[in-house]
Amino acid sequence: MKKYTNTGNKDTRSGFGAGLTELGKSNENVVALCADLTGSLKMDDFKNNHPERFFQIGIAEANMIGIAAGITIGGKIPFTGTFANFSTGRVYDQIRQSVAYSGKNVKICASHAGVTLGEDGATHQILEDIGLMKMLPGMTVINTCDYNQTKAATLAIAEFEGPVYLRFGRPKVANFTPEDGKFEIGKAVNLTEGTDVTIIATGHLVWEALQAAEQLNESGISAEVINIHTIKPLDEEAILKSVKKTGCVVTAEEHNFLGGLGESVSRTLAEHFPAPQEFVATKDTFGESGTPEQLMEKYGLNAEAIVKASKKVIDRK
Amino acid sequence: MQHSKTTTQQTMPNTKELEDFVTQVRRDILRQVHKVNSGHPGGSLGCAEFFTALYQDVMEYSSDFTMNGIGEDLFFLSNGHISPVFYSVLARSGFFPIEELCTFRLINSRLQGHPTTHEGLPGIRIASGSLGQGLSVAIGAAEAKKLNKDSHIIYTLHGDGELQEGQNWEAIMYAAGNKIDNLIATVDVNGQQIDGATDQVLPMGNLKAKFEAFGWDVLEVKEGNNITKVIEGLNEAKSRTGKGKPVCILMTTVMGHGVDFMMHTHKWHGVAPNDEQLENALAQNPETLGDY
Repeated sequence: MKKYTNTGNKDTRSGFGAGLTELGKSNENVVALCADLTGSLKMDDFKNNHPERFFQIGIAEANMIGIAAGITIGGKIPFTGTFANFSTGRVYDQIRQSVAYSGKNVKICASHAGVTLGEDGATHQILEDIGLMKMLPGMTVINTCDYNQTKAATLAIAEFEGPVYLRFGRPKVANFTPEDGKFEIGKAVNLTEGTDVTIIATGHLVWEALQAAEQLNESGISAEVINIHTIKPLDEEAILKSVKKTGCVVTAEEHNFLGGLGESVSRTLAEHFPAPQEFVATKDTFGESGTPEQLMEKYGLNAEAIVKASKKVIDRK
Repeated sequence: MQHSKTTTQQTMPNTKELEDFVTQVRRDILRQVHKVNSGHPGGSLGCAEFFTALYQDVMEYSSDFTMNGIGEDLFFLSNGHISPVFYSVLARSGFFPIEELCTFRLINSRLQGHPTTHEGLPGIRIASGSLGQGLSVAIGAAEAKKLNKDSHIIYTLHGDGELQEGQNWEAIMYAAGNKIDNLIATVDVNGQQIDGATDQVLPMGNLKAKFEAFGWDVLEVKEGNNITKVIEGLNEAKSRTGKGKPVCILMTTVMGHGVDFMMHTHKWHGVAPNDEQLENALAQNPETLGDY
C-alpha cells in the first residue's frame, strides 16, 4: 500500500496566504478583500506588499461580497477572506444575487471551517457551508486537505473564470501532498489503490482517511482512498470507477452529513451504481468548544471513525 | 438618440426632445406592465426623468456594450423592481432593439422581472431585485476605476424604502471612510413603499443628516420629475466628484408621476393597470417617438 509522509504539521490557511503572496507577484489583476481578519486569514504579506490592491472592508461581510462582485467589473480578480461562517451563511443572498446569479469572477476564500476551529465554539464552527455553496448554480466548491494543496488551489482558482468557494481551516495538520503540485479543479486524486472499500474524503479528513487505510491494511482490508478536493463539479467518473471495483464506499468530511460531500456521492451512486455507503460527518448537530482533536473525536471525524465505518459498510455488501 | 462616449456634447438633445423621450418612456412602462399584468409601474414612472437625464444627457458611455466598461461612466440600479423604466431607456438609447420591450417578463426573455446579467442583456452589469446590494457593487466598480486609472464616474439609483436594508449603511460607511469620490448615489425619495408611506412602515428620519453624518457630500433635487432640474442636479453632483467624498443626491419624485390616478399613493407600487386604466394612462402620455 502506498504510504504518505507528513513533512511537518502546517495550517491550510497559511497555504492560502502563501498562494495569495505568490499571486500578488504573478498576477496584477488579483486583489484581496478582508473583513477585519487579515492575520487569521494569513493575508498580511499581500496587504503589505500590495497595499493598493488590498481592501480592508471592516466587519461588514455583506458589503465585502458586494464590493468583490463590483470590482470584477473592470477586470479585477477579487479574493475575499474571512471565516467560513461569515463567508457563506451570513452573506448567502449577497453571494446568490451579486456573485452567482450575476456570474461574477469572485473567489470566496473561507478559513476556520468546521469544528477544528476549536475553542470559539458553535457560533463560529460552520458545518453547513459546503451545502449552502454547492446548491448555488455555477458555483465551484473546493475543500483542500493540507498546506501544499491549499496553496496550489489558491493559484489555480485565479486562472479559472467564475465564482469559487475555497474552504480551508485553522489548525496545524499533516502536510503530505507534493510541494508545488498541480491542482486540477474538478479532478479527484487517487491516493491509495484498494479492492475492498472506497474511502472518499475531503479537507482535514483526507489525512485521517490515509491513517484509517493503514489500520485497515493491517487487518487485511484493502482500502482505496480518494481525495475529493473539488466537491462541485464532482469527479463522478473517478468515484464510479472505484466503487464499481470495491462495491462500497465511506465518505468522510468535516461537515454535516446533510448537504455535504457524502450526499453528492450518494446522488451519483443512486443515479449510476447504487452501493452501500457510510457517512463520516457530523450528524445534523452544532459543534461546541474544545480542542480540535477532542472535537474530531467526539463528533466521530477521525481515523478510528473511518475504520469503523469501513468495516460496517463492507459487512453491508 | 444613441450616445457615444466621445460625442456627448454634439448629440446632447434639447429640453423638448428630452421631454418627448420621457413621455415615450412612460408609455413603454405602462405598456410593458399591462401586457403581462405584473411589474412595478409606480416607481418606474417616478424615475423616467432621472433615467432619461442619465442616458440622454449626463453619462458618457458607449451603447456598444462591454461588461468592464473601461473608459465609460457606469450606472447600477439597486432597486431592480423598477426594471420597466431601465429597459425602456436602455432600448431607446441603443443597447438592444426597442421591439424587445414586448418580451418583458415573458418566458425565454432577456427582460426578466428584475434586471440580470444572466441572459446577457446589454446594459446590465449586475443582477438586482433583492434590495440593498447595489451600493456595495457600485463601490467595487468605483474601486476598479481607481485601480485602472479610469477617471469616469459610477452612478447608482436606490429607493428610499430600500435604505431600510442594513447593507446600505455598511456601504455608506465604507464609501466615506475610503474616499470613494468617483461615485454619485441617487436616492429616489418618493416616500412610498409596498406596504404604504415610508413614514408609516419604518420612519427613516432625516436622510440628509444621516448621509452627512456618515461623511457624504449631499445635495437635494426637490423636483425630481423636472428633467431640467434633474440634469442640473446631476451636473452639480458631477462637479463635486474627485474631492475626497462620495456624493449623494436626495431626489424627490412622485411615485406614479405622469398618470394622475397613480400619483401620490403606494397603490401602484406593484400593480399593473387593466385595459381601461391603460387607455386612460396612455391618453395622458401621447405617443412621441413611436411605440414599440
